Amino acid sequence: MKSKELAGRYALMESLKAEGVDTIFGYPGGSIIPTFDALYDYRDIFNFILVRHEQAATHAAEGYARVSGKVGVVLLTSGPGATNAITGIADAMMDSTPMVVIAGQVASQALGTDAFQETDLVGITQPITKWSYQIRKAEDIAWAVSRAFYIASTGRPGPVVLDLTKDAQTELCNFAYKKCSFIRSYIPYPEIDEFNVEQAAHIINAAKKPFALLGQGVILSNAEKEVMKFLEKANIPAATTLLGLSCLPSDHELNKGMLGMHGNYGPNMKTNECDVLIAIGMRFSDRVTGNKNTYAKQAKILHFDIDPSEIGKNITPTLGILGDIKESITMVTERLNEAKHKEWIDSFKPLENKEHEKVFVKEVENCTGDIHMGEVVDKISKATGDKAVLVTDVGQNQIMSARYFRYKQTRSVITSGGLGTMGFGLPAAMGAKVGAPERTVCAFCGDGGMQMTIEELGTIMQSNIGVKIILLNNNKLGMVRQWQELFWHKRYSFTDMLNPDFSMIASAYGIRNSVVEKREDLDKGIADMLKDDKAYVLIVNLEECGMVYPMTPAGDDVTNVLLEKK
Amino acid sequence: MEEKTLYTVTIFSENRVGLLNQISIIFNRRQLNIETLSVSPSALEGIHKFTITTYTDLETIQKVVKQIDKRVDILKAYYNTDSELVYQEIALYKIATDALIEKGSVENLIRKYNIRILEMNDTCVVFEKTGLYDETQQLFEELSKTVGVLQFIRSGRVAITRSKVERLSDMLAEIEETLAQKKNRKK
Repeated sequence: MKSKELAGRYALMESLKAEGVDTIFGYPGGSIIPTFDALYDYRDIFNFILVRHEQAATHAAEGYARVSGKVGVVLLTSGPGATNAITGIADAMMDSTPMVVIAGQVASQALGTDAFQETDLVGITQPITKWSYQIRKAEDIAWAVSRAFYIASTGRPGPVVLDLTKDAQTELCNFAYKKCSFIRSYIPYPEIDEFNVEQAAHIINAAKKPFALLGQGVILSNAEKEVMKFLEKANIPAATTLLGLSCLPSDHELNKGMLGMHGNYGPNMKTNECDVLIAIGMRFSDRVTGNKNTYAKQAKILHFDIDPSEIGKNITPTLGILGDIKESITMVTERLNEAKHKEWIDSFKPLENKEHEKVFVKEVENCTGDIHMGEVVDKISKATGDKAVLVTDVGQNQIMSARYFRYKQTRSVITSGGLGTMGFGLPAAMGAKVGAPERTVCAFCGDGGMQMTIEELGTIMQSNIGVKIILLNNNKLGMVRQWQELFWHKRYSFTDMLNPDFSMIASAYGIRNSVVEKREDLDKGIADMLKDDKAYVLIVNLEECGMVYPMTPAGDDVTNVLLEKK
Repeated sequence: MEEKTLYTVTIFSENRVGLLNQISIIFNRRQLNIETLSVSPSALEGIHKFTITTYTDLETIQKVVKQIDKRVDILKAYYNTDSELVYQEIALYKIATDALIEKGSVENLIRKYNIRILEMNDTCVVFEKTGLYDETQQLFEELSKTVGVLQFIRSGRVAITRSKVERLSDMLAEIEETLAQKKNRKK
């Protein structure tokens, strides 16, 4: 590219354009005003979504990135603007979400003087980003932006922060953009060791009771097809982590459900029964393993991952196969014998039946009394033909929707898994809808989390974002209340909520809404919500003390599953 | 609890602002105390070398080194135990000239510890000793008892491996080769 003289703020705009950015979430402020001035000239190129709080900009960018596979972009001001974004940056780090956050900073000569709205953003974000860099000169903008996008989107994705001083935005520079494709100190795709692949295939070929655990890595690596082929060839039953949901269609015969604390009964029990445990693009989170000292001790464990620091971090595998799983799994599949494990796969059935009878029937199929969370989720999934994008907040609403929503296509679940961020749902759903406008996006929120980012109804109104918000209202902080009931002697310390009239709030923002109190009105409410592509808030008043089962108490053996109240 | 060993972590990084912070955060998260730290440009231009010692167990040091290695601007991180390394520290001791003259002969002391004298004036004398921790410590204790030490400072450890190969240059060569292959593929 031939170089031309540009002010830093225009160099930034041109850099973002060169990276193919189409959407930016953000909020203006003092030290980013010059860049917003340039943005005014790029209104036709970038769809800029003005949020109501910077935290929401980051969650929206996460939703956008997770649904589309593209890098989410956030533009903010310094000081409080930047610190408000911290939660979303940490969330993206925990859940490996590609995101570039560009924040204004005070002029370089004022750095370190406690200038107005100065904060050490690079220092604050170093532990929660893949890369964090301060740009003090306009001439560094192109270099830093190209590096930022390369780092955020390659290997194990994650957030990058660029801290852009005010003078760098205004001074002139010679601008020429060159996309980054190599950093000598950064190896995003480690070379796959063929010997390990051979070994892994050998172990799987010898397995009688193989069991695969699929994580978000399958989705991030675009390896859904390759993994399905792998499972089908050797006839291996599989379960997904919370973030791995939708990497394999819900109705696939080898999909045995979800792992973890509130996962399905079969997969958790079978973890300690299989002879070969094949972990693919997952990180053995404590919410998946429970007690690590008793976890899958009988099994040979194969761990496929792209991140060397994950192999052996939580669980020591028999064999770690480092590399991009799209490639490594394909290499293993080539070496697999076709197999049938009918008896082993059939052995999941009684456990499924037991869970169905003890949990599903009571929560979904045949409920009595006030409306249950599970039945709401189930009905909405059905009404969308199991094709919608599910976005959740955090808590009971998250687990219930993860359990009872069904998926036909990949990238259909957006939830805050690692950080468990309440307030994530509403803004992430906005981002998801912007990233996949052709899909129906259903956000399930509790009354607690909804109120942490409820100001975003303003963004939905202003930018006309057609998200379907289902407020599962039990006037409680339900998950904490559940723990208090089960483990803290029913001492309900501050888990009751006195809530506002949510319908009036939605109406005040001009968003259509309805309130459902009775089971017989539920179908009508859902139909009304889904009849067009406009934003809608469906407020469902639920039983107050609902519980999420099954549940494995934190730190207990993975097989110590509670299916119902004792 | 597993027995704790003194590990020496060697880190090669790009010469960029804020790297020490990124590294120390990783020690901090696991509540590891940095015993010694030394940073300087390495033999390879533009690449800095950190030498850090810490007491911990094998499993922890393996995880810590992987997490350091993962940082974008870190080229490579290694860990070693003492037996795999040749290492050294340097210490400076400031002593009042009066006290030294009062003691009389310092020849024995200088011979025994192989001391270098860096500075000498009316008020003070500065000794330099290089050696292992125990050696510089022993001199400190002897001086403290006999003449008194006005100021004492010890450097962090510097270390090189006993093996013949320079690990980083091999790795850099490998990276350059990958880059060349990538360029060829594009053509």
